[in-house]
Amino acid sequence: MGLAVALAPLLTGLVRAVKARLMRRRGPSVLQPYRDLLRLIRKEAVIAEDASWLFRAAPYMIFAATWVAVALVPTFATGLPFSWSADLIAIVALLGGARFFQALAGMDVGTSFGGIGSSREVMIASMAEPALLMVAFTLSLLAHSTQLSIISESLHYSNVGLRISVAMVLIALILVALAENARIPVDNPATHLELTMVHEAMVLEYSGRHLAMMEFGAALKLLLYMSIVGAVFMPLGMAQAHDSLVRQAVGLGAYLVKMAAGGVLLGAFEVSIAKMRVFRAPEFLGSAFMLGFLATLLLFVSKGGLR
Amino acid sequence: MSGLDFDLAHLFAGLMVLVCFLMLYQDRLYSLLNTFAVHAMVLSLAVAWQAYIQGAPQLYVTAAIALIFKAMVIPIALHRLIRRMDLHREIETVGGIGRTMLLGMALVALSISVMLPVTAAAGTLAREDLAFALSIVLLGLLMMITRRNAVSQVVGFMTLENGLILAATGAKGMPLVVEISVAFSVLIAFIVIGIFLFRIRERFDTVDVGALDSFRGDRR
Repeated sequence: MGLAVALAPLLTGLVRAVKARLMRRRGPSVLQPYRDLLRLIRKEAVIAEDASWLFRAAPYMIFAATWVAVALVPTFATGLPFSWSADLIAIVALLGGARFFQALAGMDVGTSFGGIGSSREVMIASMAEPALLMVAFTLSLLAHSTQLSIISESLHYSNVGLRISVAMVLIALILVALAENARIPVDNPATHLELTMVHEAMVLEYSGRHLAMMEFGAALKLLLYMSIVGAVFMPLGMAQAHDSLVRQAVGLGAYLVKMAAGGVLLGAFEVSIAKMRVFRAPEFLGSAFMLGFLATLLLFVSKGGLR
Repeated sequence: MSGLDFDLAHLFAGLMVLVCFLMLYQDRLYSLLNTFAVHAMVLSLAVAWQAYIQGAPQLYVTAAIALIFKAMVIPIALHRLIRRMDLHREIETVGGIGRTMLLGMALVALSISVMLPVTAAAGTLAREDLAFALSIVLLGLLMMITRRNAVSQVVGFMTLENGLILAATGAKGMPLVVEISVAFSVLIAFIVIGIFLFRIRERFDTVDVGALDSFRGDRR
C-alpha cells in the first residue's frame, strides 16, 4: 500500500523520460514528479470565488478512492493485507466513484473548459466501464472468483491452457487502461490545447496542494492499471501470502521489473501513434467492449463451458 | 483428446470469429479485402489443424484450397477489379459501424446459445466448431445486409462460405468430392458476381446496389 504511493510518481516520471528520450529531448529526470508534488504541496492553493465545498473536497476524495483501489491490487505478492476485503468489481466501483467526483469538480467552478472536460470524461467513462466489467466477468469465469489475488494465483498455477479469451481480455484491458489514464490515443496528458484536453481541462482550476492531490491520484491510477495487467497476465515471480522473506524480495524485484517494462512500453507506444479525434474515442472503446464481450462468449464454448 | 488439441482448434475458430468482427469494423475497401485474406488464412490453419488431429489427409486438400483460392486468388482478383473499375474506396454502411458490431455480438450470442443445447450429444470439438461456424455464417450474412457496395457484399458471401467450410470440417469425414464441388461453386459464384458487377456499373455508373432500387421504381 505504501509501496504503491512511493512508486506511482516514479512510474509517471519514467514514462515521461522514455517519451522525451524517444523524441531526442533530454527531458527531466525520472524523479521530477516527486519534486513537482513537493513544490505544489508547499504552495498556497488559489480557489475560485464561486467554488463550493465540493471543489475543495474532491481532490482528497479522488486521491483516497484511488489509493484504496490500489491497495486492493496484489502488487508483488498475492494475499496482501487488504486484498481479501474487496474484489475486482469493487475496484471498478471505486474508480467510478473517483471519476464521479472529478467530473463534478470540473463543473463546479462553472468555467466552460471544466464543463467540456467533464462531459468528455463521462462520455469516455460510459464506454470504458462496461468494457472493464466485461474483462472482470471473463477473468472471474476463468478463475471462479472475482478476487484479484485468487485470479492471479489461478492463472499462475493452474493449467489454464491456451485460451484466446485471455489474449482478447488482455487487449481489451490495455485499451481501457489507455483511455482511463488519459493516455495518448484518447487524450494527451501533456497538452493544454483547448480543443483536445479532457483530463487536463477538469483540473485546470486547481492549484497548490489540491493540484498535487489530483496529480498524485492520476499517477496512482496509472500504477493501478499497470499492476492489474502485471498481476493477472504476467504473474511470474509473484510471492504468496506466507512465503519466506527471500521469496517476497524476489516478488518485489519482479514487480519492479514488470512496472519498468510497462512504463517503457507505454512511453514507446505513446510516441509512435497520434491522438485520435474525440469522436473516434467511442469506436476505440467500443472495440474494447466488443473484445471483452466476445471473450466472455467464447469462454462458454471452450473447455470449461462444454460440460 | 488431449488439452492442446482442443485448445488450438478453439484458438483458430475463435480467431475466425474475431477476424469477422474486424471485417465489420473496416471502412476501406482495400483493408476489407486484406482482412478477408487473413480470414481465409486462419480458416486454412484451422482446417489443417483439424486434419492433423482427425488424421484425415483429405482435409489438407481443403486447407490448401482455402489458402490458394480464398487467401490469394480471390483477394487479388478483387483488388484488380477495384482498380480497374476505379471504385471509390470507402464503404457505405447501412446504420453505423457501432450498431452493426452490437448486432454482430448479439448474433454470436444467439448462435452459441442455439447450437450448444442442440448438439448436446456430439463431441466437444464438433459442438464448438458448429457454434463458431454458425456465428461466422450469420456474421457474413450481416455483412451482406449492412453494406451497400457490391464488392463488400461479395466479401460477405465469401465469409459465409468460410463458415460453412469450418462447420463441414468439424463434422468428421466430409468427402473430398463435396469439398471440391463447393470450392468450385464458390469460384463460379465469384465469376458470376464479377460479371454482374460489371453490368451494374455499365448501366448505373456505380456499384452501390441502392441504385437498383431507384431503377426498379422503389422510392426510399
